[in-house]
Amino acid sequence: MSMRKPTWACRLAALSTGVALFTASAFAAGPSKPVPALGEPVAKDIVSAWDTTIYPDGTGLPAGSGTAKQGFPIYDEKCSGCHGPEGRGETAEELIGRELPLTDPQTSQTIGAYWPYATTLFDYIHRAMPIDKPGSLTADEVYALCAYLLHLDGIIAEDAVMDAKTLPKVQMPNRDGFDAIDAKPN
Amino acid sequence: MSDHDGIDGSDYAAGGGLLHRRVFLKRGLVFAGVTLAAPTALGQDQGSPESGAAQTNPLDPQPASLTTPGGPFSYYGKPSDFEKRVIRGPGANQDAPGNGVSWTPLEALEGTITPSGLHFERHHNGVPTIDPEQHRLMIHGLVDRPLVFSPESLSRYPMRSRFLFVECGGNSNAGWNKVAVQRTAGTIHGLISGSEWAGVPLSILLDEAGVQPQAKWVIAEGADAGALNISVPLDKLRDDCFVALYQNGERIRPENGYPLRLIVPGWEGILNVKWLRRLQLTDRPAMTRDETAKYTELITPTGRARQFTFVMDAKSLITAPSARQQLNGPGVYEIKGLAWTGRGRIKRVDVSADGGKSWTEAELQEPVLSQCLTRFRLPWKWDGSPAILKSRAVDETGYVQPERDALVEERGRRSYFHYNAIVSWAVDEDGAVSHVYA
Repeated sequence: MSMRKPTWACRLAALSTGVALFTASAFAAGPSKPVPALGEPVAKDIVSAWDTTIYPDGTGLPAGSGTAKQGFPIYDEKCSGCHGPEGRGETAEELIGRELPLTDPQTSQTIGAYWPYATTLFDYIHRAMPIDKPGSLTADEVYALCAYLLHLDGIIAEDAVMDAKTLPKVQMPNRDGFDAIDAKPN
Repeated sequence: MSDHDGIDGSDYAAGGGLLHRRVFLKRGLVFAGVTLAAPTALGQDQGSPESGAAQTNPLDPQPASLTTPGGPFSYYGKPSDFEKRVIRGPGANQDAPGNGVSWTPLEALEGTITPSGLHFERHHNGVPTIDPEQHRLMIHGLVDRPLVFSPESLSRYPMRSRFLFVECGGNSNAGWNKVAVQRTAGTIHGLISGSEWAGVPLSILLDEAGVQPQAKWVIAEGADAGALNISVPLDKLRDDCFVALYQNGERIRPENGYPLRLIVPGWEGILNVKWLRRLQLTDRPAMTRDETAKYTELITPTGRARQFTFVMDAKSLITAPSARQQLNGPGVYEIKGLAWTGRGRIKRVDVSADGGKSWTEAELQEPVLSQCLTRFRLPWKWDGSPAILKSRAVDETGYVQPERDALVEERGRRSYFHYNAIVSWAVDEDGAVSHVYA
C-alpha cells in the first residue's frame, strides 16, 4: 500500500496534466530510477512575460526611452531620499563619483567607476528599485534614470537619449576591469 | 612530573600551553568554562526569563520540578526561556529594514548543524510571504520544453539530502578594517550556517525540460521584492545542485527561502537563491548587479576585480574561547571551533596559542563531510599569562588558510567579499578575550 500510493499520485497527476508518466533520467546519486515527469508545459506568452532577463548586448531591453533631463525629477522624488542629492550617498550607498582610480585604497565603487555594463543599471533599477516599491517604474522612467546617473558621472552627454539601442552601446569606464575566476563568461 | 590536573610534560604539543589532541582520552580531565562577558552581542539584556522560579539552592534534594506537574504538550517546541540570549544578531539599513543581515551566534552553539531559527540571513529586500499553492518554478530558455513545477509536484520526486554549509560571500568582511572590531565571533563571522538540505536534484528537472546543447549558464531568480537574479554555470547545476524543499527535516523556513531554494554546494551564499521561481538556460551570464557591482572583489594593488569567484575557500575560527568571552581562571580548557571549505573536505586544522609561533594539530570530530562544517577541538592548559589563539584550516586540495597580512597584501583592503584569513583571539591575564590582528 505504502509503495503503491506515490505511483497512483503520479499517475493521477500525469493524467490530469497530460504529460508523460515517467522519463528515464540519471539520478545523481545512483543508478537510473524511474522519475516522475510532473513539469507542466507552459505557453509561450507566459514564458515571455516571466522572462525579464537583460543582457549586456541589449537583448531583453524593452521599448521606451529617456534623457538625463527627464531623469532628474524622477531621481529627486524617488531615489534621493536614500541615495542623496546627485547620487552622493546617504542611508543607501553612493552612486556617483569616480575621482580616484581603482588602485586607490580610498576609491569608490560607484556605477561610473566600477560597473562594467550600463544594461545592468537598467535591469537592477527596473526590478529592484525604489526599495519601497520595486517594479513600479515604467521603462521610460528607468531609461531616464539611467541617463541621469550616467550623465552625472560624465559618461554620456546631457541630451543623449537612452533606449534599447543606445544603452548597450554606452562604454563604461571599467568595462574591461574584471577577471573571471571560477567560470568563464563564454 | 605531573601537575595536580593530571597533565604531564609529554602532554604538551605546542607553545602557550596547547596539549596534544590525544589528551582528550585521559580519564577525568576537567575543562574549565568560558562565559560570555557581555549580556549579548547587541548589548541587550534578554537573559532573564519571564517565567521560571528562581533556583535558590541547586543542591535542594527535592526541587520544585520534582513535586509540581510540568507544562503541557506543544504543537511546536521552542528553546528554553533560559536561552534567550542565544539569538541572531540583526543589522539592517534604517530606511530599508529588509535590506541587511542577521548573524548566527556561532560562539553559543555546538556541533555542526545550525538550528533553522538561528541560520544566518541575508535579505536584499525582506522576507516574502509565499503561499506554496500560488508558487511556481519555471525552467525555460534553451530547453526543448519550458516547464513549470509546483512545490507540491516537486515534493513527489525522488529526493536526496546533504549536510552542507551555506556562507555569504560577504562573511567576515569586518576583517578588512584597519582596526580589529570588538564583536562576538558570531557577529564577525556568523554569516555561515550548517544544515541538512533536502530536495530534488536539478539534473532530473533539467533532463525533463531537455537542455539544448548551446546552453552554458542558468539565470536563477527569486520571488522576493526586487526578484534577485544571478547567473550560475550549467555544469555546476547538473553536477550537484538541487532544489531544496526541506531544511533540517522540516520545510524550509520563510527567511531561508520557503518554499523552494536553490542549493549550490560549496559556492557563495548568493547563488543559493531563496524563494526560487525561475531558472533560465542561456549561453552566457546576464551580468546582473550581484555578479558585477557586488559579489566581485576589487584588488586595489592592481585596480582589477575578480568576478565569478564562486567557491568558498577554506576557513576556520575558534568559537570558544572567542572575543567577548571570559575565561574563569587558569586551568584546562577545550579550544573548539569550526572549519569548512567549498573545495571538499577539511584535511587538518592547526591551532596556536602563542600567536602563530608554534602550532599543533587539532582533533577533527567525525563526520568530516565535504562542503560541510567540521568541528575541531583541542585541550589547552592556560597558565594565566597572555596568549593569542589562532586556527588554520587545510583542505583536501592542500589549500592553506592564509594569515591576514598575506591576504591583505595580495588583495588590498577593498575586496569586501571572500575574506578567509586566520582569526586571532587574544587572552589577557584576567582571562578576557578580544579580537586582535596578530
